[in-house]
Amino acid sequence: MGKFNKSGGHDMPELNTSSMPDLVFAILFFFMVTTTMRSETLMVRLKLPQASEVQKLEKKSLVTYINLGPAMDAKYGTGTQMQLNDKFAQVEDIQDYIAQEKASMNEADQQLMTVSIKADEDTRMRYISDVKQALRKAYALKISYSARKAEN
Amino acid sequence: MAKKKRKTPALNASSMADISFLLLTFFLLVSSMDTDSGLARRLPPPPQNEEQLETVKVQERNLLVVLVNSSNETMVKSQVSTEWYQTDAELHGRGNKLSLKDKVKEFVLNTNNNPLLPELMEEDFGAPIGTVPVTADHVVSLQNDATTSYKTYIAVQNELVRAYNELRQEGARKYFGSDYDNLTTDQQEQINKLYPQRISEAEPKNFGGGN
Repeated sequence: MGKFNKSGGHDMPELNTSSMPDLVFAILFFFMVTTTMRSETLMVRLKLPQASEVQKLEKKSLVTYINLGPAMDAKYGTGTQMQLNDKFAQVEDIQDYIAQEKASMNEADQQLMTVSIKADEDTRMRYISDVKQALRKAYALKISYSARKAEN
Repeated sequence: MAKKKRKTPALNASSMADISFLLLTFFLLVSSMDTDSGLARRLPPPPQNEEQLETVKVQERNLLVVLVNSSNETMVKSQVSTEWYQTDAELHGRGNKLSLKDKVKEFVLNTNNNPLLPELMEEDFGAPIGTVPVTADHVVSLQNDATTSYKTYIAVQNELVRAYNELRQEGARKYFGSDYDNLTTDQQEQINKLYPQRISEAEPKNFGGGN
């Protein structure tokens, strides 16, 4: 029985955790760099369609978003609404919206501005076409149809 | 009596870990990693005046018409043949019909110089492609009804883009011996000039009259 006696009696050296804040800061900086602040709350329900040939949008700072879909709040009805920035808008407001977004970018970036159309997959094409015509008039010619990547 | 020099007590930094955890949790909660991806398109500039509304005359053989109607069915029409796709599966070629993407590829390549398909013209694309015959004036016209569902529209657009991407991939393998994604930007430009995306989108017509 003497074999299994606890011998010695020295403590196990404790793990040196003085570098834990350094690790945490490293993870923190990773998150700060790779993620974006969600700028607007969604007021329309968005179920994006799927496509396999999607390309990533390069510079998120040069992208303006137009959301189209049925409103989440039932009191606005179930028809398709367009959301610009933080409120509902009509097709006529698109030109002012684009001009405003362009003004907030510097000259060189204005040519590269992309408009990302995020529409619910059940939207009727009539709304999309109205938006496209308004974008053409506003000379926002680089657009991207937002879609989820899918293998099909 | 020797006065022992009192060392100023060091700042207790044991709570730094707690503060950093708080900061980390804050950033985790407020940020979103939504990856935005989509089908990139260029819109044509708006027509300046009434004369420009006259569409450019396109020879019948150079035109491939893709129509999507209000019941989300797709029709592909060229001088050679007309094909109807009722469901998504048929669109992808799983229903005994040639898929949309293969029809578009056949139209753009016109390998047998069929007089009913677009006209082939010799053009120089620089080394190592050289001078090859291409259908420089072909147009794929996409038209949809006002009540077509966006989902079907995107599926059709996806197939058109996929056809061009596959052509470009095949071109990259043939002329440069590697995948399109592994080419340099200049080489990709050359391939893009070889197979430009000539997709024209027309105004929607309200044939259906539904909602």
